[in-house]
Amino acid sequence: MATALQPVTPEQQNPVAGITIVHNILKWLTSNWKMTTGTCILVFFILMAIFGPLLAHMSPTAFSNDLFQPPSAAHWLGTTSKGEDIFAQLVYGARISLLVGFIAAIGSTILQILFGLLSGYFGGLVDNILSFVINVFLILPGLPLGIAIASFAPNNIKGPILITILLTFTSWSYGARVLRAQTLSMRSRDFVESARSSGEWPLRIIFFEILPNIISVVASSFVGTFVYTIGADVAFEFLGLGNVSQSTWGTMLFWAQSQQAMLAGGWWWFIPPGVCVSLLCAGLAFLNNGIDEVANPRLRVESKRKLARRKKEVVA
Amino acid sequence: MNNFMDHEQQPVLEAVHLHKEFPINQMKLGSRSASVHAVEDTTLALYPGRATALVGESGSGKTTVARMLARVYDPTSGEIRFRGNDVNYKKRGAALRDYRRHIQLVFQDPFSSLNPVHNVRYHLSRPLRVFGHAKNEREVTEQVIELLNKVSLTPAEQFITKYPHQLSGGQRQRVAIARALAARPEVVLADEPVSMLDVSIRLDILNLMERLKIEERLAFLFITHDIASARYFAEDILVMYAGQMVEGGLSDDVIQAPKHPYTQLLLSVAPDPQRVEQVMNEGANDAVPARGEIPSLIRPPQGCRFHPRCPHAMAICKEKVPGRTEVAPGHWTNCFLYDQSEADRKPASFIQADAIHNAKALQKEEAK
Ligand SMILES: Nc1ncnc2c1ncn2[C@@H]1O[C@H](COP(=O)(O)OP(=O)(O)O)[C@@H](O)[C@H]1O
Ligand code: SF4
Ligand SMILES: [Mg+2]
Repeated sequence: MATALQPVTPEQQNPVAGITIVHNILKWLTSNWKMTTGTCILVFFILMAIFGPLLAHMSPTAFSNDLFQPPSAAHWLGTTSKGEDIFAQLVYGARISLLVGFIAAIGSTILQILFGLLSGYFGGLVDNILSFVINVFLILPGLPLGIAIASFAPNNIKGPILITILLTFTSWSYGARVLRAQTLSMRSRDFVESARSSGEWPLRIIFFEILPNIISVVASSFVGTFVYTIGADVAFEFLGLGNVSQSTWGTMLFWAQSQQAMLAGGWWWFIPPGVCVSLLCAGLAFLNNGIDEVANPRLRVESKRKLARRKKEVVA
Repeated sequence: MNNFMDHEQQPVLEAVHLHKEFPINQMKLGSRSASVHAVEDTTLALYPGRATALVGESGSGKTTVARMLARVYDPTSGEIRFRGNDVNYKKRGAALRDYRRHIQLVFQDPFSSLNPVHNVRYHLSRPLRVFGHAKNEREVTEQVIELLNKVSLTPAEQFITKYPHQLSGGQRQRVAIARALAARPEVVLADEPVSMLDVSIRLDILNLMERLKIEERLAFLFITHDIASARYFAEDILVMYAGQMVEGGLSDDVIQAPKHPYTQLLLSVAPDPQRVEQVMNEGANDAVPARGEIPSLIRPPQGCRFHPRCPHAMAICKEKVPGRTEVAPGHWTNCFLYDQSEADRKPASFIQADAIHNAKALQKEEAK
């Protein structure tokens, strides 16, 4: 059974069902140490994006007279060569970077579900057409294509929205293939066939019988896509394809590079956004691995104690 | 229970000369496409309030017959008649849904036929909604409770919120039966409904189905590999071997005077039918009768498919497919031993007396 999200067991007529659900999600998110680590890192950045700007006492785009200063009490992470506060840029930037990555990953996951499940379930002509589209997007080199489009785009449409759209359309095809394969194997399962033979509507079978049973694969695919969209978003902006007057982790790196912070020894300028991106991606990768492990027990490295116990059971 | 009066009724569902071949993909270039000849020339009729048992060992094509009748897939050739009308296989969508409203399938394995993420109420509510039997949530709840009572899952209010993993095998199978009933069908195709269950509860499920058969006047197709439970539950028995029907008739006739050597073999290893209840409680013989197993259905034996295992095989058996011979009113078999038109047959009297004896002796020999 590929269910990581075990059916929530409602203790008979639970008056506070909402709490049970939250409790179950939390329990699931901490199923193993990888997921716990990943969740903690993700939560840290979400809190940083929400509450960080409250701590920043400067606008991220406001200039000051402290030009290119290393970290100090006044500017916790130092300033840029124009005197902007790097801490403010970092926490405001977290908002845009997370939001762009998240929205693109959501859009991409919706496409993955639609293409993967519909083509896997219906087969035949529907599958031929949808699979063709999936394959076209699969062989399109996403990142270079995105760079090409973004560099030809006029400056006034460059920015988070364009990048979100590009990221969505260049990131869904692989996940769609994975979900298609999962759906194919679900299609002939007994409970799907019995739903079908009791007259159930096809779309209802796809979204109510099959989807809940592969939700952990969807979750893992979503997190994997999120890693890609965060990383690719920063890459696009670093290359100057974003709105460079807005402060995000990618544009911070863009400016640090174009102002030659590295040569001038301004480590405080490029290290914070670099660490944030790497740490967030690592956290998401942990989460992804952890989900895979829960969803696919064969990947689970069993602790020696458990193995020993199982051996005993076999002997007994 | 068994009277010919029932036969005067119109059958509600009929299968006429059904064939099913499953093409198998051979990756080798140039090789001729092969297929599994899963079901060959199957004809049967189901009557309201009457159960027909389809008996045969595993791999003989019983499930394939049930799934064709449920229209999970279409026959390669042959007709399915519902209330006397030929089913048009090309019509799907609404027509297929309408067909399924009347013909419901109960799967063999209750551990895989219920969706682990849905509770009992959801499982039973869907057919009620799809077929328009319940218009709102209140009607759904009422009818779900009624269904649970019908299959003796009481107190129903407790079972309604349970998930499959909280139920025992027997309880799950009751839910599966209730789901089949939710559509308000006329025909229930039960594919080995008790074979995956603990022996101690098999009889309960059989008794439940017996009650439903009478109360709801359901036409039952009862698939089993255990001839003892077939006799216990069904009025008619059809014996199937390697995709072919080999014998059929009233249960008592087939059990008391089995004609086909395969039926005789099945009975020789089955426990005394008088002790069915005891057997049901102790566990039926799941073992396959002796002397080999079902032949390959990709290249099945020529002639009578049973000939490699038949103690009475004759020259003609390897060449020709035996036709259907009526051995008594309503009791037929496909075997050259009874085919008067075949010259080189053996005297039938020899068979009836000795066949069971022979089969039993053979069984003992192999047991050594
Ligand atoms: N979908 C399928 N594709 C290929 N072969 C099949 C398929 N379904 C059943 N068969 C084959 O048809 C034969 C009969 O199977 P089945 O109807 O399941 O028998 P039973 O239910 O009596 O055990 C078996 O040899 C089986 O391998
Ligand atoms: S036809 Fe021949 S091989 Fe087949 S069961 Fe009868 S005697 Fe045996
Ligand atoms: Mg079967």
